[in-house]
Amino acid sequence: MSAKRVLDVRSVSDIAAAVRSGEQSALSVLESALERVAALEGDLHCFNVVTADEATAAAIEIDRLVASGVDPGPLAGVPVALKDNLCTNGIETTCSSKILQGWRPPYDATVVSRLKNAGAVPIGKTNLDEFAMGSSTENSAFGPTLNPWDTTRVPGGSSGGSAAAVASGMAPLAFGSDTGGSIRQPAALCGIVGVKPTYGLVSRYGLIAFASSLDQIGPFAVSVADAALALEVIAGHDPMDSTSLDQGAPGLVSVLGQGVAGLRVGIVDDFLSDVSPECARAVTDAGEVLAAAGASVDHVVIPELMLGLPAYYVIAPAEASSNLSRYDGVRYGMRIDGPDVETMNARTRGEGFGPEVKRRIMMGTYALSAGYYDAYYGQAQKARTLVIRAFEAAYANHDVLLTPTTPQVAFPFGSKIDDPIEMYMCDLCSIPSSLAGHPALSVPFALSDEGLPIGVQVLAPALGEAVMMRVGASLEAAVDAGVRGPVTP
Amino acid sequence: MTSDYERVISPEQVRHVARLARLALGDEEVGLYAQQLSAILEHVDAVRRLDTADVPPTAHPFPVYNVLRDDTVGPSLEASTVLSQAPAVEDGRFRVPKIIGEAP
Repeated sequence: MSAKRVLDVRSVSDIAAAVRSGEQSALSVLESALERVAALEGDLHCFNVVTADEATAAAIEIDRLVASGVDPGPLAGVPVALKDNLCTNGIETTCSSKILQGWRPPYDATVVSRLKNAGAVPIGKTNLDEFAMGSSTENSAFGPTLNPWDTTRVPGGSSGGSAAAVASGMAPLAFGSDTGGSIRQPAALCGIVGVKPTYGLVSRYGLIAFASSLDQIGPFAVSVADAALALEVIAGHDPMDSTSLDQGAPGLVSVLGQGVAGLRVGIVDDFLSDVSPECARAVTDAGEVLAAAGASVDHVVIPELMLGLPAYYVIAPAEASSNLSRYDGVRYGMRIDGPDVETMNARTRGEGFGPEVKRRIMMGTYALSAGYYDAYYGQAQKARTLVIRAFEAAYANHDVLLTPTTPQVAFPFGSKIDDPIEMYMCDLCSIPSSLAGHPALSVPFALSDEGLPIGVQVLAPALGEAVMMRVGASLEAAVDAGVRGPVTP
Repeated sequence: MTSDYERVISPEQVRHVARLARLALGDEEVGLYAQQLSAILEHVDAVRRLDTADVPPTAHPFPVYNVLRDDTVGPSLEASTVLSQAPAVEDGRFRVPKIIGEAP
Protein backbone atom coordinates (compact mmCIF):
# COMPACT_ATOMS: atom_id res chain seq x y z
CA MET A 1 0.00 0.00 0.00
CA SER A 2 2.86 2.40 0.61
CA ALA A 3 3.26 4.59 -2.44
CA LYS A 4 6.63 5.07 -3.98
CA ARG A 5 7.72 8.11 -5.86
CA VAL A 6 8.19 8.12 -9.61
CA LEU A 7 11.67 9.40 -10.29
CA ASP A 8 11.72 10.18 -14.00
CA VAL A 9 9.15 12.95 -14.09
CA ARG A 10 9.75 15.61 -16.72
CA SER A 11 8.19 19.04 -16.78
CA VAL A 12 5.63 19.88 -19.42
CA SER A 13 7.88 22.59 -20.87
CA ASP A 14 10.77 20.08 -21.14
CA ILE A 15 8.58 17.59 -23.00
CA ALA A 16 7.33 20.28 -25.38
CA ALA A 17 10.85 21.62 -25.92
CA ALA A 18 12.15 18.15 -26.79
CA VAL A 19 9.32 17.60 -29.28
CA ARG A 20 9.59 21.08 -30.83
CA SER A 21 13.32 20.69 -31.37
CA GLY A 22 12.91 17.23 -32.90
CA GLU A 23 15.05 15.71 -30.14
CA GLN A 24 12.16 13.38 -29.23
CA SER A 25 9.12 12.42 -31.28
CA ALA A 26 5.62 13.14 -30.06
CA LEU A 27 4.88 9.51 -30.88
CA SER A 28 7.49 8.20 -28.45
CA VAL A 29 6.23 10.56 -25.72
CA LEU A 30 2.73 9.24 -26.36
CA GLU A 31 3.87 5.61 -26.34
CA SER A 32 5.43 6.03 -22.88
CA ALA A 33 2.22 7.60 -21.60
CA LEU A 34 0.07 4.82 -23.06
CA GLU A 35 2.39 2.17 -21.55
CA ARG A 36 1.94 3.79 -18.17
CA VAL A 37 -1.84 3.85 -18.67
CA ALA A 38 -1.82 0.19 -19.71
CA ALA A 39 0.19 -0.75 -16.62
CA LEU A 40 -1.92 1.14 -14.07
CA GLU A 41 -5.40 1.70 -15.45
CA GLY A 42 -6.62 -1.70 -14.25
CA ASP A 43 -5.68 -0.74 -10.68
CA LEU A 44 -6.86 2.86 -10.70
CA HIS A 45 -9.71 3.30 -13.22
CA CYS A 46 -8.85 6.88 -14.14
CA PHE A 47 -10.43 6.75 -17.60
CA ASN A 48 -13.87 6.17 -19.07
CA VAL A 49 -12.22 5.80 -22.46
CA VAL A 50 -8.60 5.83 -23.66
CA THR A 51 -8.41 7.23 -27.20
CA ALA A 52 -5.17 5.59 -28.27
CA ASP A 53 -5.93 5.63 -32.02
CA GLU A 54 -6.88 9.32 -32.16
CA ALA A 55 -3.89 10.18 -29.95
CA THR A 56 -1.53 8.24 -32.21
CA ALA A 57 -2.83 10.07 -35.27
CA ALA A 58 -2.43 13.41 -33.49
CA ALA A 59 1.14 12.60 -32.40
CA ILE A 60 2.10 11.56 -35.92
CA GLU A 61 0.70 14.84 -37.23
CA ILE A 62 2.74 16.81 -34.68
CA ASP A 63 5.90 14.99 -35.71
CA ARG A 64 5.09 15.77 -39.33
CA LEU A 65 4.73 19.47 -38.50
CA VAL A 66 8.06 19.49 -36.68
CA ALA A 67 9.74 17.69 -39.61
CA SER A 68 8.35 20.29 -42.01
CA GLY A 69 9.58 23.19 -39.89
CA VAL A 70 6.25 24.22 -38.39
CA ASP A 71 6.06 24.81 -34.62
CA PRO A 72 3.15 22.77 -33.21
CA GLY A 73 2.89 25.10 -30.19
CA PRO A 74 3.78 25.42 -26.51
CA LEU A 75 2.31 22.01 -25.57
CA ALA A 76 3.83 20.15 -28.54
CA GLY A 77 3.42 16.43 -28.02
CA VAL A 78 2.27 16.74 -24.38
CA PRO A 79 -0.23 13.99 -23.51
CA VAL A 80 -3.29 15.40 -21.75
CA ALA A 81 -6.24 13.74 -20.02
CA LEU A 82 -9.68 15.38 -20.28
CA LYS A 83 -12.49 15.14 -17.76
CA ASP A 84 -15.42 13.34 -19.36
CA ASN A 85 -17.68 16.38 -19.12
CA LEU A 86 -15.64 18.25 -21.76
CA CYS A 87 -17.12 17.76 -25.22
CA THR A 88 -14.84 16.01 -27.70
CA ASN A 89 -15.87 15.85 -31.33
CA GLY A 90 -16.95 12.31 -32.22
CA ILE A 91 -15.58 10.84 -28.97
CA GLU A 92 -17.99 9.52 -26.38
CA THR A 93 -18.68 12.05 -23.62
CA THR A 94 -20.72 10.68 -20.73
CA CYS A 95 -20.32 12.81 -17.57
CA SER A 96 -20.00 9.32 -16.01
CA SER A 97 -23.77 9.06 -16.31
CA LYS A 98 -25.92 6.32 -17.78
CA ILE A 99 -28.15 8.99 -19.29
CA LEU A 100 -25.39 10.16 -21.67
CA GLN A 101 -23.73 6.80 -22.28
CA GLY A 102 -22.85 6.49 -25.96
CA TRP A 103 -23.28 10.18 -26.74
CA ARG A 104 -20.74 11.51 -29.24
CA PRO A 105 -20.69 15.32 -29.28
CA PRO A 106 -20.62 16.94 -32.74
CA TYR A 107 -18.03 19.55 -31.63
CA ASP A 108 -15.00 20.14 -29.40
CA ALA A 109 -15.14 22.30 -26.27
CA THR A 110 -13.14 25.52 -26.72
CA VAL A 111 -10.63 24.26 -24.16
CA VAL A 112 -10.14 21.08 -26.18
CA SER A 113 -9.63 23.07 -29.42
CA ARG A 114 -7.11 25.36 -27.72
CA LEU A 115 -5.17 22.42 -26.33
CA LYS A 116 -5.04 20.74 -29.74
CA ASN A 117 -4.00 24.02 -31.39
CA ALA A 118 -1.16 24.27 -28.86
CA GLY A 119 0.09 20.81 -29.85
CA ALA A 120 -1.28 18.81 -26.91
CA VAL A 121 -2.31 15.19 -27.50
CA PRO A 122 -5.55 14.14 -25.74
CA ILE A 123 -5.23 10.53 -24.55
CA GLY A 124 -8.65 9.92 -23.05
CA LYS A 125 -11.66 10.99 -21.06
CA THR A 126 -11.39 10.76 -17.28
CA ASN A 127 -13.85 9.48 -14.72
CA LEU A 128 -15.84 11.83 -12.49
CA ASP A 129 -18.69 11.90 -10.05
CA GLU A 130 -21.79 11.83 -12.24
CA PHE A 131 -22.33 15.30 -13.75
CA ALA A 132 -19.49 16.56 -11.49
CA MET A 133 -21.62 16.15 -8.36
CA GLY A 134 -19.55 14.66 -5.58
CA SER A 135 -16.22 14.65 -3.80
CA SER A 136 -15.01 11.07 -4.22
CA THR A 137 -15.86 9.71 -7.74
CA GLU A 138 -18.05 7.18 -5.92
CA ASN A 139 -21.02 8.74 -7.74
CA SER A 140 -19.71 7.64 -11.15
CA ALA A 141 -22.10 5.27 -12.93
CA PHE A 142 -19.04 3.36 -14.12
CA GLY A 143 -17.33 2.69 -10.78
CA PRO A 144 -14.93 4.82 -8.74
CA THR A 145 -11.37 5.93 -9.44
CA LEU A 146 -8.77 4.84 -6.85
CA ASN A 147 -6.23 7.11 -5.18
CA PRO A 148 -2.71 6.18 -6.35
CA TRP A 149 -1.28 7.04 -2.91
CA ASP A 150 -3.51 4.44 -1.25
CA THR A 151 -5.95 2.46 -3.34
CA THR A 152 -8.27 1.87 -0.37
CA ARG A 153 -9.03 5.60 -0.44
CA VAL A 154 -10.88 7.99 -2.71
CA PRO A 155 -9.00 10.32 -5.07
CA GLY A 156 -11.44 13.12 -4.27
CA GLY A 157 -13.89 14.51 -6.75
CA SER A 158 -15.54 15.33 -8.80
CA SER A 159 -12.50 15.45 -11.14
CA GLY A 160 -10.98 12.37 -9.47
CA GLY A 161 -9.99 10.61 -12.70
CA SER A 162 -8.03 13.62 -13.95
CA ALA A 163 -6.30 14.06 -10.59
CA ALA A 164 -5.37 10.38 -10.28
CA ALA A 165 -4.13 10.27 -13.90
CA VAL A 166 -1.60 13.03 -13.18
CA ALA A 167 -0.80 11.75 -9.69
CA SER A 168 0.05 8.31 -11.10
CA GLY A 169 2.16 9.66 -13.97
CA MET A 170 -0.20 8.55 -16.72
CA ALA A 171 -0.34 12.10 -18.11
CA PRO A 172 1.74 15.15 -17.20
CA LEU A 173 -1.35 17.36 -17.54
CA ALA A 174 -5.06 16.87 -17.07
CA PHE A 175 -8.09 19.14 -17.15
CA GLY A 176 -11.18 19.22 -15.00
CA SER A 177 -14.01 21.47 -13.95
CA ASP A 178 -14.49 23.09 -10.56
CA THR A 179 -17.92 24.22 -9.35
CA GLY A 180 -17.35 24.17 -5.58
CA GLY A 181 -13.94 22.51 -5.32
CA SER A 182 -13.95 19.74 -7.95
CA ILE A 183 -10.41 20.55 -9.13
CA ARG A 184 -8.81 21.70 -5.89
CA GLN A 185 -10.09 18.96 -3.58
CA PRO A 186 -8.93 15.99 -5.72
CA ALA A 187 -5.65 17.79 -6.43
CA ALA A 188 -5.07 18.07 -2.68
CA LEU A 189 -6.05 14.46 -2.00
CA CYS A 190 -3.76 13.23 -4.81
CA GLY A 191 -0.73 15.40 -3.99
CA ILE A 192 -0.71 17.52 -7.13
CA VAL A 193 -1.38 21.11 -8.18
CA GLY A 194 -4.92 22.13 -9.15
CA VAL A 195 -6.13 25.55 -10.30
CA LYS A 196 -9.62 27.00 -10.43
CA PRO A 197 -9.28 30.16 -12.53
CA THR A 198 -11.28 33.37 -12.16
CA TYR A 199 -14.85 32.82 -13.37
CA GLY A 200 -14.97 33.77 -17.06
CA LEU A 201 -11.22 33.54 -17.68
CA VAL A 202 -11.57 30.13 -19.36
CA SER A 203 -14.39 29.51 -21.83
CA ARG A 204 -17.13 27.14 -20.70
CA TYR A 205 -18.22 26.43 -24.28
CA GLY A 206 -18.45 22.66 -24.55
CA LEU A 207 -18.24 22.08 -20.79
CA ILE A 208 -21.43 20.20 -19.92
CA ALA A 209 -23.17 22.55 -17.52
CA PHE A 210 -23.70 21.75 -13.82
CA ALA A 211 -24.09 25.19 -12.15
CA SER A 212 -23.46 27.86 -14.75
CA SER A 213 -22.67 30.76 -12.44
CA LEU A 214 -19.96 28.69 -10.71
CA ASP A 215 -18.45 26.22 -13.22
CA GLN A 216 -14.87 26.84 -14.36
CA ILE A 217 -12.35 24.66 -16.20
CA GLY A 218 -8.80 24.41 -14.94
CA PRO A 219 -5.61 22.34 -15.05
CA PHE A 220 -4.05 19.59 -12.92
CA ALA A 221 -0.26 19.29 -12.98
CA VAL A 222 2.68 18.03 -10.97
CA SER A 223 4.14 21.51 -10.57
CA VAL A 224 2.95 25.11 -10.37
CA ALA A 225 4.97 25.95 -13.49
CA ASP A 226 3.26 23.21 -15.52
CA ALA A 227 -0.16 24.37 -14.32
CA ALA A 228 0.72 27.98 -15.18
CA LEU A 229 1.72 27.03 -18.73
CA ALA A 230 -1.48 25.01 -19.17
CA LEU A 231 -3.63 27.88 -17.92
CA GLU A 232 -1.95 30.32 -20.31
CA VAL A 233 -2.94 28.02 -23.18
CA ILE A 234 -6.62 27.60 -22.27
CA ALA A 235 -7.40 31.12 -20.93
CA GLY A 236 -8.67 34.09 -22.85
CA HIS A 237 -11.85 35.47 -24.36
CA ASP A 238 -14.15 33.22 -26.38
CA PRO A 239 -17.13 34.62 -28.31
CA MET A 240 -18.87 31.23 -27.91
CA ASP A 241 -19.31 31.80 -24.13
CA SER A 242 -21.37 34.87 -23.25
CA THR A 243 -19.88 34.90 -19.73
CA SER A 244 -16.31 34.86 -21.04
CA LEU A 245 -14.40 37.88 -19.73
CA ASP A 246 -12.99 40.35 -22.20
CA GLN A 247 -9.45 39.41 -21.17
CA GLY A 248 -6.46 37.90 -22.90
CA ALA A 249 -4.57 35.01 -21.37
CA PRO A 250 -2.53 36.19 -18.37
CA GLY A 251 1.27 35.93 -18.35
CA LEU A 252 1.94 33.44 -15.59
CA VAL A 253 5.05 31.39 -16.28
CA SER A 254 7.21 34.49 -16.55
CA VAL A 255 6.28 35.77 -13.07
CA LEU A 256 6.72 32.58 -11.06
CA GLY A 257 10.29 33.38 -10.06
CA GLN A 258 9.47 36.81 -8.67
CA GLY A 259 9.14 35.60 -5.09
CA VAL A 260 6.78 36.89 -2.42
CA ALA A 261 8.77 39.70 -0.79
CA GLY A 262 6.43 42.50 0.21
CA LEU A 263 3.23 40.56 -0.45
CA ARG A 264 0.50 40.78 2.18
CA VAL A 265 -0.70 37.30 3.11
CA GLY A 266 -3.67 36.58 5.36
CA ILE A 267 -4.22 33.23 7.04
CA VAL A 268 -7.98 32.70 7.29
CA ASP A 269 -8.51 31.54 10.86
CA ASP A 270 -12.17 30.58 10.47
CA PHE A 271 -11.56 27.18 8.90
CA LEU A 272 -8.65 26.08 11.06
CA SER A 273 -10.76 24.70 13.89
CA ASP A 274 -13.01 22.81 11.47
CA VAL A 275 -10.27 20.83 9.75
CA SER A 276 -7.93 18.10 10.93
CA PRO A 277 -4.95 19.32 13.01
CA GLU A 278 -2.60 18.21 10.22
CA CYS A 279 -4.45 20.22 7.58
CA ALA A 280 -4.54 23.27 9.86
CA ARG A 281 -0.85 22.95 10.69
CA ALA A 282 0.05 22.88 6.97
CA VAL A 283 -1.56 26.31 6.59
CA THR A 284 0.29 27.90 9.50
CA ASP A 285 3.53 26.29 8.30
CA ALA A 286 2.89 27.72 4.84
CA GLY A 287 2.45 31.14 6.44
CA GLU A 288 5.86 30.77 8.11
CA VAL A 289 7.46 29.80 4.79
CA LEU A 290 6.07 32.92 3.13
CA ALA A 291 7.07 35.15 6.07
CA ALA A 292 10.61 33.79 5.87
CA ALA A 293 10.60 34.64 2.15
CA GLY A 294 9.75 38.26 2.90
CA ALA A 295 5.94 38.36 2.85
CA SER A 296 4.04 40.05 5.65
CA VAL A 297 1.76 37.44 7.12
CA ASP A 298 -1.13 38.01 9.50
CA HIS A 299 -4.30 36.23 10.58
CA VAL A 300 -7.76 37.27 9.44
CA VAL A 301 -11.20 36.28 10.65
CA ILE A 302 -13.96 36.24 8.00
CA PRO A 303 -17.03 34.68 9.65
CA GLU A 304 -19.18 35.23 6.52
CA LEU A 305 -17.18 32.54 4.73
CA MET A 306 -19.01 29.97 6.84
CA LEU A 307 -22.18 30.93 4.96
CA GLY A 308 -20.57 29.60 1.82
CA LEU A 309 -21.38 25.93 2.25
CA PRO A 310 -25.10 26.29 3.02
CA ALA A 311 -25.53 28.98 0.31
CA TYR A 312 -23.78 26.78 -2.23
CA TYR A 313 -25.93 23.76 -1.46
CA VAL A 314 -28.97 25.82 -2.40
CA ILE A 315 -27.56 27.73 -5.39
CA ALA A 316 -25.69 24.88 -7.10
CA PRO A 317 -28.60 22.39 -6.96
CA ALA A 318 -31.00 25.12 -8.11
CA GLU A 319 -28.88 25.84 -11.17
CA ALA A 320 -28.35 22.12 -11.73
CA SER A 321 -32.06 21.37 -11.64
CA SER A 322 -32.49 23.85 -14.46
CA ASN A 323 -29.42 22.80 -16.49
CA LEU A 324 -30.18 19.08 -16.26
CA SER A 325 -33.74 19.50 -17.49
CA ARG A 326 -32.29 19.08 -21.00
CA TYR A 327 -31.83 15.33 -20.40
CA ASP A 328 -35.34 14.40 -21.37
CA GLY A 329 -34.85 11.44 -23.68
CA VAL A 330 -35.55 13.47 -26.83
CA ARG A 331 -32.41 14.86 -28.47
CA TYR A 332 -29.55 12.74 -27.11
CA GLY A 333 -28.68 10.07 -24.59
CA MET A 334 -30.91 7.27 -23.36
CA ARG A 335 -34.67 6.98 -23.47
CA ILE A 336 -37.04 4.74 -21.53
CA ASP A 337 -40.27 4.75 -23.47
CA GLY A 338 -43.68 5.51 -22.08
CA PRO A 339 -47.23 6.00 -23.36
CA ASP A 340 -46.92 9.81 -23.32
CA VAL A 341 -44.10 12.28 -23.33
CA GLU A 342 -44.17 13.16 -19.64
CA THR A 343 -44.00 9.52 -18.59
CA MET A 344 -41.16 8.98 -21.07
CA ASN A 345 -39.28 11.99 -19.64
CA ALA A 346 -39.76 10.87 -16.04
CA ARG A 347 -38.86 7.21 -16.65
CA THR A 348 -35.77 8.20 -18.64
CA ARG A 349 -34.56 10.55 -15.94
CA GLY A 350 -35.50 8.28 -13.05
CA GLU A 351 -33.54 5.43 -14.63
CA GLY A 352 -30.74 7.46 -16.23
CA PHE A 353 -29.62 9.61 -13.29
CA GLY A 354 -27.85 8.21 -10.23
CA PRO A 355 -28.81 8.89 -6.60
CA GLU A 356 -26.74 12.04 -5.99
CA VAL A 357 -27.83 13.72 -9.22
CA LYS A 358 -31.46 12.97 -8.43
CA ARG A 359 -30.96 14.27 -4.90
CA ARG A 360 -29.58 17.56 -6.17
CA ILE A 361 -32.24 17.96 -8.84
CA MET A 362 -34.87 17.40 -6.13
CA MET A 363 -33.18 19.86 -3.76
CA GLY A 364 -32.87 22.48 -6.50
CA THR A 365 -36.42 22.01 -7.72
CA TYR A 366 -37.68 22.36 -4.16
CA ALA A 367 -35.61 25.52 -3.55
CA LEU A 368 -37.00 27.09 -6.71
CA SER A 369 -40.60 25.97 -6.25
CA ALA A 370 -43.53 28.22 -5.40
CA GLY A 371 -43.54 29.14 -1.71
CA TYR A 372 -39.90 28.27 -1.08
CA TYR A 373 -38.06 30.39 -3.66
CA ASP A 374 -37.53 33.45 -1.44
CA ALA A 375 -36.78 31.46 1.69
CA TYR A 376 -34.07 29.35 0.08
CA TYR A 377 -32.86 30.48 -3.33
CA GLY A 378 -33.40 34.18 -2.73
CA GLN A 379 -31.74 34.03 0.68
CA ALA A 380 -28.81 32.01 -0.67
CA GLN A 381 -28.21 34.63 -3.37
CA LYS A 382 -28.08 37.28 -0.65
CA ALA A 383 -25.70 35.15 1.41
CA ARG A 384 -23.55 35.00 -1.73
CA THR A 385 -23.42 38.80 -1.71
CA LEU A 386 -22.29 38.74 1.94
CA VAL A 387 -19.47 36.30 1.10
CA ILE A 388 -18.33 38.53 -1.78
CA ARG A 389 -18.40 41.66 0.41
CA ALA A 390 -16.41 39.91 3.13
CA PHE A 391 -13.74 38.91 0.62
CA GLU A 392 -13.62 42.50 -0.68
CA ALA A 393 -12.93 43.73 2.85
CA ALA A 394 -10.19 41.14 3.38
CA TYR A 395 -8.53 41.93 0.05
CA ALA A 396 -8.49 45.65 0.88
CA ASN A 397 -5.33 44.91 2.83
CA HIS A 398 -4.21 41.48 1.59
CA ASP A 399 -2.86 40.26 -1.73
CA VAL A 400 -3.67 36.60 -1.08
CA LEU A 401 -5.35 34.49 1.57
CA LEU A 402 -4.31 31.04 2.78
CA THR A 403 -6.69 28.28 3.88
CA PRO A 404 -6.64 24.51 3.96
CA THR A 405 -7.84 23.05 0.65
CA THR A 406 -9.73 20.25 2.38
CA PRO A 407 -10.85 19.48 5.92
CA GLN A 408 -8.98 16.17 5.89
CA VAL A 409 -6.78 13.86 3.80
CA ALA A 410 -8.10 11.23 1.39
CA PHE A 411 -10.77 9.14 3.12
CA PRO A 412 -11.59 5.43 2.73
CA PHE A 413 -14.17 4.30 0.17
CA GLY A 414 -17.65 4.05 1.62
CA SER A 415 -16.97 6.26 4.62
CA LYS A 416 -19.12 9.23 3.50
CA ILE A 417 -21.20 8.03 0.57
CA ASP A 418 -24.32 7.29 2.63
CA ASP A 419 -24.34 10.67 4.34
CA PRO A 420 -24.75 13.57 1.86
CA ILE A 421 -23.97 16.25 4.45
CA GLU A 422 -20.69 14.57 5.41
CA MET A 423 -19.70 14.48 1.75
CA TYR A 424 -20.72 18.11 1.23
CA MET A 425 -18.43 19.15 4.10
CA CYS A 426 -15.45 18.24 1.87
CA ASP A 427 -16.10 21.54 0.05
CA LEU A 428 -16.11 23.74 3.15
CA CYS A 429 -12.90 25.64 2.33
CA SER A 430 -13.16 25.65 -1.46
CA ILE A 431 -16.73 26.94 -1.91
CA PRO A 432 -16.43 30.61 -0.82
CA SER A 433 -14.07 31.59 -3.64
CA SER A 434 -16.33 29.77 -6.13
CA LEU A 435 -19.29 31.87 -5.00
CA ALA A 436 -17.19 35.01 -5.46
CA GLY A 437 -15.84 33.93 -8.86
CA HIS A 438 -12.29 34.29 -7.56
CA PRO A 439 -9.28 32.19 -8.56
CA ALA A 440 -7.90 29.55 -6.20
CA LEU A 441 -4.93 27.20 -6.22
CA SER A 442 -4.23 24.02 -4.29
CA VAL A 443 -0.56 23.20 -3.90
CA PRO A 444 0.79 20.02 -2.25
CA PHE A 445 2.53 21.07 0.93
CA ALA A 446 2.88 18.21 3.42
CA LEU A 447 2.21 14.55 4.15
CA SER A 448 0.04 13.32 6.99
CA ASP A 449 1.32 10.85 9.60
CA GLU A 450 -0.17 8.14 7.39
CA GLY A 451 1.81 9.39 4.40
CA LEU A 452 -1.13 10.97 2.57
CA PRO A 453 -0.87 14.30 0.77
CA ILE A 454 -2.11 17.57 2.28
CA GLY A 455 -2.82 20.64 0.14
CA VAL A 456 -2.72 24.31 1.03
CA GLN A 457 -5.12 26.64 -0.77
CA VAL A 458 -4.02 30.06 -2.03
CA LEU A 459 -6.90 32.48 -2.74
CA ALA A 460 -6.68 35.75 -4.67
CA PRO A 461 -9.17 38.37 -5.84
CA ALA A 462 -10.62 38.25 -9.37
CA LEU A 463 -7.90 38.01 -12.05
CA GLY A 464 -5.25 37.67 -9.34
CA GLU A 465 -3.83 34.52 -10.96
CA ALA A 466 -0.31 35.90 -11.34
CA VAL A 467 0.24 36.71 -7.68
CA MET A 468 -1.57 33.51 -6.65
CA MET A 469 0.72 31.36 -8.80
CA ARG A 470 3.82 33.19 -7.49
CA VAL A 471 2.81 32.35 -3.94
CA GLY A 472 2.19 28.75 -5.01
CA ALA A 473 5.63 28.53 -6.60
CA SER A 474 7.25 29.81 -3.39
CA LEU A 475 5.39 27.26 -1.27
CA GLU A 476 6.31 24.48 -3.69
CA ALA A 477 9.99 25.46 -3.63
CA ALA A 478 10.07 25.30 0.15
CA VAL A 479 8.93 21.70 0.59
CA ASP A 480 10.41 18.30 -0.11
CA ALA A 481 9.47 16.81 -3.50
CA GLY A 482 8.20 13.72 -1.65
CA VAL A 483 4.98 15.54 -0.70
CA ARG A 484 3.77 15.48 -4.29
CA GLY A 485 3.09 13.02 -7.07
CA PRO A 486 3.42 11.31 -9.33
CA VAL A 487 3.58 8.02 -7.46
CA THR A 488 3.27 4.39 -8.40
CA PRO A 489 0.49 2.71 -6.45
CA MET B 1 -40.66 33.65 7.34
CA THR B 2 -41.86 32.28 10.65
CA SER B 3 -40.01 30.35 13.31
CA ASP B 4 -42.12 27.24 12.76
CA TYR B 5 -41.16 27.22 9.09
CA GLU B 6 -41.57 23.84 7.54
CA ARG B 7 -38.25 22.06 7.47
CA VAL B 8 -39.25 18.43 7.30
CA ILE B 9 -40.12 17.15 3.87
CA SER B 10 -42.90 14.57 3.69
CA PRO B 11 -43.06 11.72 1.19
CA GLU B 12 -46.00 13.56 -0.43
CA GLN B 13 -43.82 16.63 -0.98
CA VAL B 14 -41.08 14.45 -2.42
CA ARG B 15 -43.59 13.03 -4.91
CA HIS B 16 -44.74 16.56 -5.79
CA VAL B 17 -41.18 17.81 -6.36
CA ALA B 18 -40.32 14.66 -8.33
CA ARG B 19 -43.28 15.34 -10.60
CA LEU B 20 -42.10 18.93 -11.14
CA ALA B 21 -38.59 17.62 -11.90
CA ARG B 22 -39.85 14.82 -14.19
CA LEU B 23 -38.22 12.09 -12.12
CA ALA B 24 -39.92 8.71 -11.77
CA LEU B 25 -39.02 7.52 -8.26
CA GLY B 26 -39.62 4.19 -6.55
CA ASP B 27 -41.26 4.08 -3.10
CA GLU B 28 -37.91 3.31 -1.47
CA GLU B 29 -36.33 6.35 -3.13
CA VAL B 30 -39.21 8.56 -1.99
CA GLY B 31 -38.64 7.54 1.62
CA LEU B 32 -34.89 8.01 1.40
CA TYR B 33 -35.12 11.42 -0.27
CA ALA B 34 -37.71 12.61 2.25
CA GLN B 35 -35.22 11.89 4.99
CA GLN B 36 -32.12 13.17 3.17
CA LEU B 37 -33.70 16.36 1.81
CA SER B 38 -34.95 17.16 5.31
CA ALA B 39 -31.39 16.80 6.61
CA ILE B 40 -30.04 19.02 3.83
CA LEU B 41 -32.68 21.68 4.53
CA GLU B 42 -31.75 21.56 8.19
CA HIS B 43 -28.14 22.13 7.18
CA VAL B 44 -28.89 25.10 4.93
CA ASP B 45 -31.22 26.65 7.48
CA ALA B 46 -28.48 29.16 8.44
CA VAL B 47 -29.08 30.78 5.07
CA ARG B 48 -32.84 30.90 5.49
CA ARG B 49 -32.56 32.54 8.91
CA LEU B 50 -30.05 35.17 7.79
CA ASP B 51 -31.01 38.81 8.25
CA THR B 52 -30.70 40.15 4.71
CA ALA B 53 -32.88 43.25 4.93
CA ASP B 54 -30.55 45.51 2.92
CA VAL B 55 -28.58 42.91 1.00
CA PRO B 56 -29.08 42.61 -2.75
CA PRO B 57 -29.00 39.12 -4.27
CA THR B 58 -26.08 37.94 -6.43
CA ALA B 59 -27.06 35.73 -9.35
CA HIS B 60 -23.68 35.87 -11.01
CA PRO B 61 -20.15 36.67 -9.77
CA PHE B 62 -19.61 39.48 -12.28
CA PRO B 63 -21.99 41.79 -14.13
CA VAL B 64 -23.50 39.98 -17.11
CA TYR B 65 -24.14 41.90 -20.28
CA ASN B 66 -26.16 40.98 -23.30
CA VAL B 67 -23.60 39.90 -25.89
CA LEU B 68 -24.41 40.66 -29.51
CA ARG B 69 -22.56 39.50 -32.56
CA ASP B 70 -22.73 40.60 -36.18
CA ASP B 71 -25.67 39.10 -38.04
CA THR B 72 -23.63 37.15 -40.54
CA VAL B 73 -24.07 33.71 -42.04
CA GLY B 74 -21.70 31.10 -40.64
CA PRO B 75 -21.38 27.33 -40.62
CA SER B 76 -23.68 25.33 -38.37
CA LEU B 77 -24.09 21.65 -37.59
CA GLU B 78 -25.66 19.38 -40.20
CA ALA B 79 -29.13 18.19 -39.18
CA SER B 80 -28.09 14.60 -39.86
CA THR B 81 -25.14 14.96 -37.46
CA VAL B 82 -27.41 16.21 -34.70
CA LEU B 83 -30.14 13.66 -35.35
CA SER B 84 -27.62 10.81 -35.34
CA GLN B 85 -27.36 11.18 -31.56
CA ALA B 86 -31.10 11.10 -30.86
CA PRO B 87 -32.83 8.03 -29.38
CA ALA B 88 -35.61 8.14 -32.00
CA VAL B 89 -35.86 9.97 -35.32
CA GLU B 90 -38.45 10.07 -38.08
CA ASP B 91 -38.43 12.06 -41.35
CA GLY B 92 -35.52 14.27 -40.28
CA ARG B 93 -37.10 15.12 -36.93
CA PHE B 94 -36.90 13.98 -33.30
CA ARG B 95 -39.60 11.42 -32.64
CA VAL B 96 -41.40 11.54 -29.25
CA PRO B 97 -44.45 9.85 -27.74
CA LYS B 98 -47.81 11.57 -27.87
CA ILE B 99 -47.73 15.04 -26.27
CA ILE B 100 -51.30 16.23 -26.81
CA GLY B 101 -54.14 14.09 -25.50
CA GLU B 102 -55.66 13.07 -22.19
CA ALA B 103 -53.62 13.82 -19.05
CA PRO B 104 -51.54 10.92 -17.70
